Amino acid sequence: MRRLVSGLILSTVLAVSAQAQTALLNVSYDPTRELYKDFNAEFIKHWKEKSGETISIKQSHGGSGGQARSVIDGLDADVVTLALESDIDAIAEKSGKIAKDWRKRLPNNSSPYTSTIVFLVKKGNPKNVKDWDDLVKPGIEVITPNPKTSGGARWNYLSAWAYAEHKFNGDKAKAKEFVGALFRNVPVLDTGARGSTTTFVQRGIGDVLLAWENEAFLALKEFGPEKFEIIVPSIATLAEPPVAVVDQNVDKKGTRKVAEAYLEYLYSPVGQKIAAKNFYRPFKPELADAADVKLLPKVTLVSIDDPIFGGWAKAQPEHFGDGGTFDQIYKK
Amino acid sequence: MSEQTLAASATMPPETWRAPTAEVSVVRLVLIGVAVLFIGVFLGFPLLVVFFEAFLNGVAKYFETFADSDTQHAILLTLLVAAIAVPANLIFGVAAAWAIAKYDFRGKALLITLIDLPFSVSPVIAGLIYVIMFGAQGYLGDWLKAHHIQIIFAIPGIVLATIFVTFPFVARELIPLMEEQGTQDEEAAISLGASGWQTFRRVTLPNVKWGLMYGVLLCNARAMGEFGAVAVVSGHIRGLTNTMPLHIEILYNDYQWVAAFAVASLLALLALVTLIVKTLLEWRFSDELANGPR
Repeated sequence: MRRLVSGLILSTVLAVSAQAQTALLNVSYDPTRELYKDFNAEFIKHWKEKSGETISIKQSHGGSGGQARSVIDGLDADVVTLALESDIDAIAEKSGKIAKDWRKRLPNNSSPYTSTIVFLVKKGNPKNVKDWDDLVKPGIEVITPNPKTSGGARWNYLSAWAYAEHKFNGDKAKAKEFVGALFRNVPVLDTGARGSTTTFVQRGIGDVLLAWENEAFLALKEFGPEKFEIIVPSIATLAEPPVAVVDQNVDKKGTRKVAEAYLEYLYSPVGQKIAAKNFYRPFKPELADAADVKLLPKVTLVSIDDPIFGGWAKAQPEHFGDGGTFDQIYKK
Repeated sequence: MSEQTLAASATMPPETWRAPTAEVSVVRLVLIGVAVLFIGVFLGFPLLVVFFEAFLNGVAKYFETFADSDTQHAILLTLLVAAIAVPANLIFGVAAAWAIAKYDFRGKALLITLIDLPFSVSPVIAGLIYVIMFGAQGYLGDWLKAHHIQIIFAIPGIVLATIFVTFPFVARELIPLMEEQGTQDEEAAISLGASGWQTFRRVTLPNVKWGLMYGVLLCNARAMGEFGAVAVVSGHIRGLTNTMPLHIEILYNDYQWVAAFAVASLLALLALVTLIVKTLLEWRFSDELANGPR
């Protein structure tokens, strides 16, 4: 009996610690699960051909803000592929593990793909939701994750804000009132984008889901276009999910070369094709399959660098910091 | 009791007199019915659903789940964590119960309170204190980094968090039992010339063996099923730091229904086995178990 138990423990330890080969850890946000599942398989093949080395890639997914927090607390990520610039900035500032100029190291502000925010509603659009105005009406239930923890939720919030500022000709007080009315229609705030999708799609709570475009298309693919449909609002933010190598971690582990190649490969034709296949907007659409790109509707996209927001460095504390506009409308 | 039944009992002949604590059969049936219905709806039915969903697409799909390397790893990791946490708490539990039941010392009440602490602290906080202690920004972060020791977001952190939440199970089971048994047996053994270790092995341990097994059983069930504390310190790396409960959530959020419920069915099976062994122990050795509240 004793021998059996110790044999069992020993074999488990061996199986659990059998990670001798180079392993990259990609710490990512919630909706990229399918994207990186496809991309990792291709990159492992590519790296084997290029260098002869067999590597493995591990994934961790969660709300973007929470994932950044984990990396700051010591999660051993080689690369971070998060939802927001400010989340990677937080790692750079609070832990010094990423060089401050990370945004300049890769094309398009280190965003190999972009996305936007759309509405997902039940088939036939029973509440007749067409644009942001419809979301502040009484009796409409809106599902969005918590902007404090979720990157996607911040884009939702800022998209509504951008619409309101356009509508009220830049009146910030009225914009805040508008976004406040919208958030009073939110019955549950999940911590991550995938949690909100599950709340809406599987538990059937709410009338409208504010979702990443890719997340909405994926839900459509998983559950069938006969159950849900996508509504494209007149204005939304241009979301630029950035990627970066975690300098201190790759230097400690000696994985810098492969980690950098991994992120650069996202910009290659293979990477761009996979991004479009998973309903992200590729940085270079000409490299992706035309059929995939055609699916993504035309929207007026407002960048975070637009004067309305003035860049993440300004928008982050103004809207989502302690006492920011989100706290103000939510405490009411 | 309604007025009608009162009136009815007043007119009844004396030979149908019943004890004041006994209810009329209708009330008894209703009470039993409510209890059974409640247990059925809130415990039995969800358990059935787990197995139903797991086998929704057939037996082949069910077993396909366990061919996935991340799933296998999650199961192995869960076994490994339990294999470390349960013996650790077994040793601690016996030592603590021994000290508390057989000796008098200053701070005994405080020690008992401390043992109970994990029951009253939320598992999330249990996880967070380890992040604050051992995280890169934590109190010991710099020292650990300098010595290349990774605790949080790795197996040691998961084991620590699990030990924390399963801390009280063995000790809590043994303390009342040992107190009840007193010290006469040990005194007799020592007066006959047995050494301390001999006394423990030949006298104390056999006296408490069934209670001990009972505590270990509950400790193990909790160790394998713990979610909250482990979620905080795990880092959710697939195929590396995901235990079974965490892996179930991930599969569910990946839209992998059947796989999520297939892994869940393993945990449910564990719960059933625990329940059966527990019932057997209670039935067979009830006089050798502590009479604490269950």
